[in-house]
Amino acid sequence: MAKTTKENKWELSPAPESTGHISIKKRYDLFIDGKFVAPSTKKYFDSINPATEEDLTQIALAGEKDVDKAVKAARKAYDTVWSKTSTAERGKYIYRIARLIQERAREFAVIESLDGGKPIRESRDVDIPLAAAHFFYHAGWADKLDYAFPNSDPKSIGVVGQIIPWNFPLLMAAWKIAPALACGNTVVLKPAETTSLTALKLAELIQDAGLPNGVVNIITGAGETGQALVGHSDIDKIAFTGSTEVGKMIRRSLAGTSTRLTLELGGKAANIVFEDAAIDQAVEGIVNGIYFNQGHVCCAGSRLFVEESVADEVVRKLKHRMDHLIVGDPLDKNTDVGAINSKGQLQTIENYLKAGQKDGFEMYQSKVAVPKKGYWCKPTLFTDVSQSSIISKEEIFGPVLAMQTFRTIDEVIDKANNTPYGLSAGVWTDKGSKIFNLTTRLKAGVVWANTFNKFDPSSPFGGYKESGFGREGGIHGLSAYLKLQD
Amino acid sequence: MKRPASSEAGLLLLSGSVAFSIFEKNQRLAKSTFNPSDIRRKAIDQVGVEERSARFQTRSIKAKAKIQGLKMALNMIDLTTLEGKDTEGKVRQLCHKAAHLHDSTPDLPNVAAVCVYPTFVKLAKSLVGDKGIKVASVATAFPSGQSFRKYKIDETKEAVAEGADEIDMVISRGRFHQGDYAYVYDEISAVKEACGKARLKVILETGELGNLDAVHYASQIAIAAGADFIKTSTGKIKPAATMPVTLVMLEAIRDHYYATGKMVGMKPAGGISNAKLALHYLIMVKETLGEAWLSNQWFRFGASSLANDLLKQLVKQESGIYQSANYFALD
Repeated sequence: MAKTTKENKWELSPAPESTGHISIKKRYDLFIDGKFVAPSTKKYFDSINPATEEDLTQIALAGEKDVDKAVKAARKAYDTVWSKTSTAERGKYIYRIARLIQERAREFAVIESLDGGKPIRESRDVDIPLAAAHFFYHAGWADKLDYAFPNSDPKSIGVVGQIIPWNFPLLMAAWKIAPALACGNTVVLKPAETTSLTALKLAELIQDAGLPNGVVNIITGAGETGQALVGHSDIDKIAFTGSTEVGKMIRRSLAGTSTRLTLELGGKAANIVFEDAAIDQAVEGIVNGIYFNQGHVCCAGSRLFVEESVADEVVRKLKHRMDHLIVGDPLDKNTDVGAINSKGQLQTIENYLKAGQKDGFEMYQSKVAVPKKGYWCKPTLFTDVSQSSIISKEEIFGPVLAMQTFRTIDEVIDKANNTPYGLSAGVWTDKGSKIFNLTTRLKAGVVWANTFNKFDPSSPFGGYKESGFGREGGIHGLSAYLKLQD
Repeated sequence: MKRPASSEAGLLLLSGSVAFSIFEKNQRLAKSTFNPSDIRRKAIDQVGVEERSARFQTRSIKAKAKIQGLKMALNMIDLTTLEGKDTEGKVRQLCHKAAHLHDSTPDLPNVAAVCVYPTFVKLAKSLVGDKGIKVASVATAFPSGQSFRKYKIDETKEAVAEGADEIDMVISRGRFHQGDYAYVYDEISAVKEACGKARLKVILETGELGNLDAVHYASQIAIAAGADFIKTSTGKIKPAATMPVTLVMLEAIRDHYYATGKMVGMKPAGGISNAKLALHYLIMVKETLGEAWLSNQWFRFGASSLANDLLKQLVKQESGIYQSANYFALD
């Protein structure tokens, strides 16, 4: 753009969200049967702030014994209390949780940003309000399940084991817990090891809500804890959100058992921009599609397909927009892109950046400064990549966009579907007929038209192919937590 | 004219010489060289525009950035009086205010310009002409624009002859709605020629255009016809300036800059009466066009009551206390 002179240089001053109102304990125990209890392993692991690499708190490591204790508590609560509680009463508890989340929204937002590195703008405006919305939505269904599934005699399943990822910690907990409770099940939930804090805060909130003991249990730990939960013999259903690799392992270990399973796994979404699209708004959608939450989004629009005739314009505008993204302190209200969630994930992303460069693709990164401490990756764009390259095939789970050009509708549909994944896709065009043509032919669970990364509790979310099976949200999501008569 | 090969260059099509050759000798309209199909009409997605606009408003402007922004905004104001009941007395008072915003606060900038009806240009020029404050005059049968072209041209010429540095013209919205885009284009280029050295701001009156696609197309026409600034509103029609409308116009300016390397100014007018909103407009300019546009050469606010809120906020930043509105002079 035109040159900036000294006179009109205008930099934003820091605008940090205050942390004075939150309390984080020095260490957190496991939440089993309505109480916080020390782990049988006697081990705790550190939880750090990825933006500063400083310790936040210590989290209990649950062993097999603890998992067993939690499952037993859930079973007892299911048999003696929750399955006997009237559906209207169940709804009331869930409403209460929803309202308490709203009341404590600021506290949850700040902790989510401290623990996970996501910008406060997103935790405040997206994660926490959506988590509350999921509880509200499902509270409403609790006593109306017969109407959701007429003539199917919906019945609860029993004890549900739920394992969630680190990208949307509280929101994923809400996606899992709310429908499970509304359908009359009890829960053992394991958050991801790098982001357990808001789940444990949610446990405190559940205590405040007076939910009967054992209906929700929250156990913390890494992969082994999850494995113990999946392998427990008294679990009726496993719901997992996370990597395709782990999802495959879970499915293998449950083969031949009667345990039900839903999986929401990885993705490599195609975001398709046609010549006739509203280009300036499409560019904004591309940015929201890939740089939202540092690209730690399973449905991120990580493959950009642009009709060749407008490719130059899109790239120029995209680079301009990237340069105006503010990267840094997640707690600053002006931050657009926060910290990468963990050192390990940063390493993974950097390896992909190297792979892309090695393949000879042009790499562009936002002209922004990033802090010295903490885990950071500048918003990145690879232009003119090919379908056969690693960076356009594998899920990077970071702020890295791989762009290709296309010429015809058939070509772009073929390429968009040419992936083992099928979670989401985006279409940008001014022409309604083009939208309908693509939404019917793209093999993806969600297809957004002229927008991206929009979520609502009433809208089912889930994947095709290696992006998993089962749906979350909407009536479809309820059915995953019910026994239904055919 | 042939359509340029590059779609982005759609705005390049009319070079100045072609545009001005329309008006020869006695300004009889030659056949217009403007072909509406030469400009690529772009799709605008209203939902997307509104979302982007809302996001500018989540920017938190604090401390040093706030003081700098408030001063910048003050310096971009076209202090305006455009009423049927305007008198010499009123214009004198306005002009004094323009040069003495709040004398008890040191280091305050002046406003960019005073904006008046053509009959007051001479007076205003005599009062602020030596103070680095420009005199802008509305013209072309403001605010409706419903008059004969020859009068519009004459009015413009007279205003310039009386000393106007800038002319704020209105486009013929009726002709625009009739689809007579060539008429709209030709009229703007005729007024531009009549302006001579005065800078031309072209008011689209977006509140009468109906939708954002039309706003964008009108912006393209105005820019192609030689506008130095494009401006949202007369202030007489609601809605006047809004962030979504302004964003669409800024994007048209950006496209023109990309295609030609030439900068065009922007002036939202009407409806921007508080400092916070003004700062968010500046954020929008910064993130859409870049900081090069953050001066009163390229960005203006058409406003009458905004100045006092900016002053109030500035005094608050320095003293820590909000002062009563009674401490800030009207006009």
